[in-house]
Amino acid sequence: MSKNTVSDRFRKVDVDEYDENKFVDEEDGGENQLGPDEAEVDSLIRQYPSSSFLTLICKGNLMEALQAVLKNPPINTKNQNVKDRAEGLVLKVLSSFKASDIEKGVQSLDKNGVDLLMKYIYKGFERPSENSSAILLQWHEKALSAGGVGCIVRVLTARKTV
Amino acid sequence: MAYHSFLLEPISCHAWNKDRTQIALCPNNHDVHIYKKAGNSWTKTHELKEHNGQVTGIDWAPESNRIVTCGTDRNAYVWTLKGDVWKPTLVILRINRAARCVKWSPKENKFAVGSGSRLISVCYFEQENDWWVCKHIKKPIRSTILCLDWHPNNILLAAGSCDFKCRIFSAYIKEVEEKPAPTPWGSKMPFGEVMFESTGTAGWVHGVCFSDSGNRVAWASHDSTVAVAEGGKSAVVTSLTSETLPLLCVTFITENSLVAAGHDCYPALFVYDAGKGAITFGGKLDVPKQSAQKGMTARERFQNLDKKATSDTKEAVLESLHKNSISQISLLDGGKAKCTKFCTTGMDGGMAIWDVKVKLIMYIFCFVQFSWATVIPNKMPKLLKSFLLSSLFVSVFNSPSNLP
Repeated sequence: MSKNTVSDRFRKVDVDEYDENKFVDEEDGGENQLGPDEAEVDSLIRQYPSSSFLTLICKGNLMEALQAVLKNPPINTKNQNVKDRAEGLVLKVLSSFKASDIEKGVQSLDKNGVDLLMKYIYKGFERPSENSSAILLQWHEKALSAGGVGCIVRVLTARKTV
Repeated sequence: MAYHSFLLEPISCHAWNKDRTQIALCPNNHDVHIYKKAGNSWTKTHELKEHNGQVTGIDWAPESNRIVTCGTDRNAYVWTLKGDVWKPTLVILRINRAARCVKWSPKENKFAVGSGSRLISVCYFEQENDWWVCKHIKKPIRSTILCLDWHPNNILLAAGSCDFKCRIFSAYIKEVEEKPAPTPWGSKMPFGEVMFESTGTAGWVHGVCFSDSGNRVAWASHDSTVAVAEGGKSAVVTSLTSETLPLLCVTFITENSLVAAGHDCYPALFVYDAGKGAITFGGKLDVPKQSAQKGMTARERFQNLDKKATSDTKEAVLESLHKNSISQISLLDGGKAKCTKFCTTGMDGGMAIWDVKVKLIMYIFCFVQFSWATVIPNKMPKLLKSFLLSSLFVSVFNSPSNLP
């Protein structure tokens, strides 16, 4: 009979941490990444375009907001708060788009933009709220037709994501 | 284009002999089967049974007519033809995980084996002991080596690995060769020296290939990208993120164009423009015959809506020649400089031989360049652009010089 039958602390040791062959990703300086600028994005959502057509008021400058929120993605940072804040901001912008404008929004992005948007969409799927999944699914459909399955493969294979 | 279905199981790997009349392949088990071309069909002539694990790599040296095979049993065998029988010689690789890929060097005096033990074994024949000896390249590899390719100078070796990097190593063995001349990748080349390490692409590197001159290396990575690096003072890397599933194998067919294939089951052409530092997608090389559009009754349409929530008339059948992922490409004619024929094998157990018209490549290249200029406006729908490209391919590939 073994001597120590009470303590089972050894079962909680993570042996993989002590494996000398364990693969460690290269460190990329991510401390300075702060994510998209909240104030800028908020102002762009509420902004009225400087057009004189009466029918265009109350629309908000959503295209610009989309571009602004996809700038400075907090990919390399280890600060979870920054990542959460960025994700919340992106979700806010994506939800304020009208369904018919989503396609135009996706067309205004370049290849890297579409990849980044897809990363945020999947991040949003991870934590669904009442209506977020439906909106995200619409965005997903348009982003898929713009970026193809390769875009989704890049979300899956990215080591560092938003 | 010709397609021959060898088996129902995947073909793990294949290799051709010098005059392309015989093919050695592994039918997803421990053996290697050699088939000989007889008119329009293939007959099995030899079965090489020695491995205890699946054979993961085969390479057939064209000049010396030796076959090297490596498998998951951590061994490699060099087979020589004595009379009508292939006789194996065991090579001790000193690895403790499976071997994944093997390649003869251009001068066929050594071969390299990539393995799951995170190292490359470079093996050469020692005359005094009448025995194959190996040397290991270990640093800085941190995961399985998936693919290898030799530089034409017999010294440099490109290796793609699961640690997301493509590297070029020096495999200079002083016992069998003299000191190499300097190359654009560097001038000091002691054994195991890293001449180049890739950056910028994520994902396992599935396929790697040197160009004919050796000044360029291309690799296909699991994040659906294909990248080309040019040797020089600052090795320049250009990559293309594609919209398709990841590519598994890539090869140069001229100095500026690559053919790559993978999980999408068709080979695709990529064109590299060194001046602009860009890779462009040149089109699919597999153009399926347009199937007749069947009309759909209203009843069928409602049934589709009910069952599949869509009234799409697309069938769930692959239209490409290969019905499953393509895992390996080999060049048949013309080499890497002016390839005219290449062969693909895949997980559907079939082998397809493709013709390449080099003039077509140049024409497509010019067309792609042209269309990005002002003549065809950017607002042209994608569908129309791809239709134009594919109709060009259809017109050339349906020309009468089809081989059996």
